[in-house]
Amino acid sequence: MSFPTEAEIKAILLKVVAMSKADECTAQMSGATDGNIRFALNNVSTSGIVSDTELAVQVAFGKRVGSATINEYSDAALERVVRRAEDLAKLAPENPEFVPAVGKQTYRASNTFSAATAAITPEYRAKVASDSIGPCKAEKLIAAGFLSDSNAFVAFANSRGNYGYQTSTMLDYTCTVRTEDGRGSGWVASNVQDSTSFNAANDIRTAMRKASASADARALEPGKYTVILEPAAAAGLITFMMRFFDARQADEGRSFLSKKGGGNKLGEQVFDPRVNFSSDPWNPEAPVVPWDENWLPREKTFLVEGGKIANLNYSRFWAQKQGKRAAGQPGNLLMSGGTKTTADLVRSTEKGILVTRTWYIRMVDPQTVLLTGLTRDGTFFIENGQIKYPLKNFRFNESPVIMLNNIDELGKPVRMGDDNGRGSVMMIPPMKLRDFTFTSLSDAV
Amino acid sequence: MLRRDFLAITGAIAGGLAIPSAFGKAIAAEDLQGGIDIAVKKRLADAALAAATGAGATYCDVRIGRYLRQFVVTREANVENIVNTESTGVGIRVIAKGAWGFAATNDLSTDGVAAAARQAAAIAVANSRSQTAPVQLAPVKGVGEVTWKTPIVRNGMTVPVKDKVDMLLQVNAAAMAAGADFFNSTLFLVNEQKYFASTDGSYIDQDVHRIWAPFTATAIDKASGKFRTRDGLSSPMGMGFEFLDAALSGKFEMPNGVVVYGKSYDMKADAIAAAKQARAKLTAPSVKAGKYDLVLDPTHIFLTIHESVGHALELDRVLGYEANYAGTSFATTDKRDAGFQYGSAKVNFTADKTEPTSLGYVGYDDEGVKTKKWDLIKAGKLVDYQSVRDQAHILGKTESDGCCYADNWSSVQFQRMANVSLKPGPDKLSVAQMIAGVENGVYIFGRGSYSIDQQRYNAQFGGQLFYEIKNGKIGAQIEDVAYQMRTPEFWNACSAICDASDYRLGGSFFDGKGQPSQASAVSHGSSTARFDGINVINTARSLG
Repeated sequence: MSFPTEAEIKAILLKVVAMSKADECTAQMSGATDGNIRFALNNVSTSGIVSDTELAVQVAFGKRVGSATINEYSDAALERVVRRAEDLAKLAPENPEFVPAVGKQTYRASNTFSAATAAITPEYRAKVASDSIGPCKAEKLIAAGFLSDSNAFVAFANSRGNYGYQTSTMLDYTCTVRTEDGRGSGWVASNVQDSTSFNAANDIRTAMRKASASADARALEPGKYTVILEPAAAAGLITFMMRFFDARQADEGRSFLSKKGGGNKLGEQVFDPRVNFSSDPWNPEAPVVPWDENWLPREKTFLVEGGKIANLNYSRFWAQKQGKRAAGQPGNLLMSGGTKTTADLVRSTEKGILVTRTWYIRMVDPQTVLLTGLTRDGTFFIENGQIKYPLKNFRFNESPVIMLNNIDELGKPVRMGDDNGRGSVMMIPPMKLRDFTFTSLSDAV
Repeated sequence: MLRRDFLAITGAIAGGLAIPSAFGKAIAAEDLQGGIDIAVKKRLADAALAAATGAGATYCDVRIGRYLRQFVVTREANVENIVNTESTGVGIRVIAKGAWGFAATNDLSTDGVAAAARQAAAIAVANSRSQTAPVQLAPVKGVGEVTWKTPIVRNGMTVPVKDKVDMLLQVNAAAMAAGADFFNSTLFLVNEQKYFASTDGSYIDQDVHRIWAPFTATAIDKASGKFRTRDGLSSPMGMGFEFLDAALSGKFEMPNGVVVYGKSYDMKADAIAAAKQARAKLTAPSVKAGKYDLVLDPTHIFLTIHESVGHALELDRVLGYEANYAGTSFATTDKRDAGFQYGSAKVNFTADKTEPTSLGYVGYDDEGVKTKKWDLIKAGKLVDYQSVRDQAHILGKTESDGCCYADNWSSVQFQRMANVSLKPGPDKLSVAQMIAGVENGVYIFGRGSYSIDQQRYNAQFGGQLFYEIKNGKIGAQIEDVAYQMRTPEFWNACSAICDASDYRLGGSFFDGKGQPSQASAVSHGSSTARFDGINVINTARSLG
């Protein structure tokens, strides 16, 4: 399905804004064509394409806010959605935390669109499935995987003269490969903006190799070990921690970034000096839309620099209250590292455990960001720079705050999507860490 | 609807224009009442069935759905968000040339649904080319035109928004007065209006209601920088607004004075208790790690049941269809054939889609199968799984278990967990009597952190409230408790289950499965149960 042109979308948005009799009005139109194919037991199980657009209108009378959405664009429909939002606003209680819509901004475009990804066909998806299944069948392995791709746009206009339009694409692929006897399991994931940089036939080899190599796993006593977390394994823990970079939460005393006696840890050394987390909407490997959910321009910023808390995320309300400047909330997470690959880190390790992937991670104690979860789909013992044998999976209880104070070495960052291939994009390095805490063994393969 | 969308709407994660499209269109509150005329639904369904069979389908089912949700989100004295959403459309599933095809449309014209039916048939034909074995459907006898409705007393959608806001703000104020530093509360109402028709000759109109009123009380000790939370001890229910009437019949007072709730909830009383208990957590002693006998309240154990029994016995997981996402299961069919001892002889689990007030309670599932109750584990032995029409033959069964569900008209229906519940003990046993026999134990209430491996063996669970038990007496509130378990050992360590007078339902709105992921609401019932010699770890850490 083709979307309306930018000019057509802008005309709809401006018409909606003009129709509103409220004190202020913001109209946002978004649309996406999302395709997917799913396979399991070496067969395609489902495939589909969902295409939809939606117009959301948010209005305010004083501090009373109302919102409504619609997916029709006739003049009558536009009138209806505006009046509905206005009616809801009139019924709503006053929001004491109301902040007026963002005034006119200049957004520097980021390169979030790939024509190749936008042109993905059902045949392309079928080929990804067969490129995954074929080699597995040939080697008596069993593949289960999922490919999803998205071609999307978002545009908005408000009654204060602000306007933005951006297109974006994403492809996300995951595949789990198991041995026929169920004793070995491997996994691979790829998240790209441009589908020409994705090759399922290559990627599947990683999962196949890990599946075959992980059979006959040995049990190692749980305890503290030097680990090499592949980027996917590390990302699961780190994303949990980043939720606490909200300034209000820290100031209110309910975050590991809250300070004893009140206030937050801005400027304090919290991590190893090699830890740097930044956000940059124009990063060439992980670009994102140059405004946030409140249409504030995103900026290149450090959250952690040299292990110190460099910035916290202020909502517009909280910034106003605390006398801070509100900047756009980060859209990506970029962790800096070195130049080594996971394989290089293995080569320089005397004794340790390589973790392919972490799974079912949950918060145990928000006070310390203590997380629990398990290793999965390829856990190996390393000795004298070589992978010696597969290990049974472990449960860990570890805090990423502690983990990022126990760094031996960081490798070269790799682009990662989230678990469902939607939303955030990250650049996370493989990392060698001391004293990572495994608390029990799992029989799961 | 996914948990992350819920978090976005309740402000737990950052969001701007807070109307996640996953919930459908935002609408006015008065539009949450009423529905589509049943004659219109039948006409549309007949058009789809005729178009599908005309295009070569040997089977077709049509689901015309109107999915309504309302959220009222507050913190302390503020209303953070009020959102009403609606999603209406038709999902059509067919079998042609032995393969499944599915298409969905929000075009509710006769031509629109007929076109979608033909598209579904074309997709089925295309899928048949790579199909290795034709779909085998367990037979279902058409039931003609029937209706079913969740037996609610009061439709929450008809309660004025102002009344809901007032109720939540009163609850928040009571908690703040009782010592909470922060208090977040939400009211979440669901109404699924589902019309199902199939070439088997069924036209089933169902009106399904659910309600949930979660909250979190936070207590802070500024001087030490310590913070602790206590979530509400209620459960989402398959009930109307009457669930919030705070009837005395819903109140269960445990031997140490902790109050939990059954089929009626006193949200304000629970909020006040939560504020006090959250504050008590700030100074509660830390548990000493080691082996303990655990006494688990139904507000806690429902999630352990969900993760270690409910999921493990879903046939699609057992077979490998969920290997890339939710995972597989250790409880393979050879174990069932060998009479695998899943738990002790006291342990009996049923799967049930017919239990009133449960989240999974419906008259018919989303492929037109009349719902039922069946055994999964009998006297500790694994005897059965949860399966739907195209899976029944794999188990040698001649009928579906009636646990097929789709979370929207635009989603394909597939096997989802029924209410999997632990049967109460047959002999009279109160919680006080159970605890009197425990020498060194921990008594746990509420859902905390939960994590389990992809084959459902190794799990770790926290909770909301923990109390030590010494020599048959309940002692102080303690903190930093989590237990680690291996599923078969854990259920085999079950040494006592209280009688039916203690039976209550716990549940979740967000059981996730499938790619793209779909959410399903499910309850798990039990009475308080005892587990001997379970490994408890201490979760306190220092960040220096």
